[in-house]
Amino acid sequence: MTSLPQSTNKKLGLVIDLDTCVGCHACVVNCKEWNTSGYGTALSDQDPYGANPTGAWLNRIHTFEIVPDNSSNKPKGQGVGEVIGTAGEARVVHFPKSCLHCEDAPCVTVCPTGASYKRPEDGIVLVDEDKCIGCGLCAWSCAYGAREMDLAAGVMKKCTLCIDRIYNEELEEIDRQPACVRTCPAGARHFGDFADPQSNVSLLVAERGGFDLMPEQNNKPVNKYLPPRPRSDLGEGTQFSVPENDTKGADGLLGWIDRALSGSSKQKGAS
Amino acid sequence: MHPALSVISFTTLSGAGYGLAFVLALGHGNPAALSTKIAWVAALALISIGFLSSTLHLGNPQRAWRAVSQWRSSWLSREGCMCFISYVPLCLLAGMSIFYDSFDLTLGYVGAICCAVTVYCTAMIYASLRTIASWHTAWTPGFYLAFALTAGTLIYIAFFGPPVGSRSTQIWIYLSLVFLVASWAIKHFWARRAQAVGYGKSTMETATGLGHIGKVRLLESPHAMGNYLTNEMAFRIGRKHALKLHKIALLLGLALPVVLLALSLAITPVALVFTMLAALSFMAGVFVDRWLFFATARHAVGLYYGGDEALMPAD
Ligand code: SF4
Ligand code: SF4
Ligand code: SF4
Repeated sequence: MTSLPQSTNKKLGLVIDLDTCVGCHACVVNCKEWNTSGYGTALSDQDPYGANPTGAWLNRIHTFEIVPDNSSNKPKGQGVGEVIGTAGEARVVHFPKSCLHCEDAPCVTVCPTGASYKRPEDGIVLVDEDKCIGCGLCAWSCAYGAREMDLAAGVMKKCTLCIDRIYNEELEEIDRQPACVRTCPAGARHFGDFADPQSNVSLLVAERGGFDLMPEQNNKPVNKYLPPRPRSDLGEGTQFSVPENDTKGADGLLGWIDRALSGSSKQKGAS
Repeated sequence: MHPALSVISFTTLSGAGYGLAFVLALGHGNPAALSTKIAWVAALALISIGFLSSTLHLGNPQRAWRAVSQWRSSWLSREGCMCFISYVPLCLLAGMSIFYDSFDLTLGYVGAICCAVTVYCTAMIYASLRTIASWHTAWTPGFYLAFALTAGTLIYIAFFGPPVGSRSTQIWIYLSLVFLVASWAIKHFWARRAQAVGYGKSTMETATGLGHIGKVRLLESPHAMGNYLTNEMAFRIGRKHALKLHKIALLLGLALPVVLLALSLAITPVALVFTMLAALSFMAGVFVDRWLFFATARHAVGLYYGGDEALMPAD
């Protein structure tokens, strides 16, 4: 049924901290590892060892560079407080992206077969692969590129929020969270229930100013992103200038080498 | 967006088929005449070939029947339903003409409405996507409907219309000239808006939420080679040849048909050759134009891959 539920009891999702992510791709690899043998068909690759390898992955890390311009964020001098960026100095941000389990998920409503659905109990957006015809329209409707077609099975793949981990009583308690969250060495990913204002994720979002991606698309994403933190201003410390070598005091062998080399370079320069 | 041949043929062929069926369903053509009987078969064939080719791009076409189940929310599903629903009046009308030399106007109106609604549903599959700002407008169903009607009219005149040189043929040709100019005018407004709208309100800054720091640039892509997203949606926008192709589309779709129709009025002995060429030329123009509809569309996900700066090939 591809009409969206009026509301969901829980709103399970992720908080991704753009300040701490180091872009190591560990979450990407562990996601593929878990999900290729978990929910649904395997995540296939095409030409994996050939010249043009492609494949279905449910989590991808982009890296962006933001160079503050001169007008904004201009440092007032060395050591003046903390700034989000220094004019002219690139700030590099690693940017993990997977399904945001949107409340107003267009990928669910466009699906002609009922294969895409949002669970009323916890808000997780899933694909029932037995119903999916592989038309690709849901991927067209997702602004975030969170759905990829599995070209071997001809069905749509997406993040399941590791539904086969988070409720899995066979696993130890500490492992009952999405594979990406469990594996992140930097603690940049957090899993929880956004419907509960006291949950870890809700508190993090409130404290750090978590935001939505592309709010203008009106998808109401559940996953939130935490902005990079301000850092101490690099100020003039980064404007390296190497002082001219002063060789006036050189004598003996070093003095001779200095004179010989300066002379030859002068000659070269003159010719 | 990747311009898949199957989807381009589907939208142009089935559009023309519904256009022709629309004309016939409004009672044009003597139901007892052989040409009308063949016209009905041709309309149903165009529609069916179009729909069959649309299933070619499915990953699991054997489950395509499931696509009629979600008409409450999905335009693709509505289109599938309408396709089946419109077969009922259209096949009945075709059968009446072929076997009983007869026609029923009430059923004809029902059939005509079904044709229009089906083409509208096809267009709404694209127009309903918020991710592609240039498609997300009422102009999209506007030009899909206009092109379908024009194609149907031209095909009708050329192959199945009243006898050459008759007064009613003249009226048909004037009418189709009006349709031709009107459809390309609608398409022109669509294209002007598409050029201006770009990615809509979305930017690399809103996509990443990092605009408060400064201008955002892609430093490193998540994958070295292409993937489903870049192949399908971040299709390197066909700007390099877009202008040239646009001119070709206008030449084939508008200029040539207008000249050919004018010639058919002037040189009646071979009028049929001219009207047939006009219909074929128009279809070719629409085909090129439909290619551009996909190839030049900007999908919001392109913003995660560097936006126009990265995706537009240099001139
Ligand atoms: S991120 Fe994309 S795939 Fe996930 S729920 Fe939102 S629209 Fe659907
Ligand atoms: S690809 Fe599958 S899940 Fe996506 S819209 Fe088509 S049928 Fe639905
Ligand atoms: S594992 Fe953590 S630090 Fe590494 S890319 Fe993923 S989110 Fe970033």
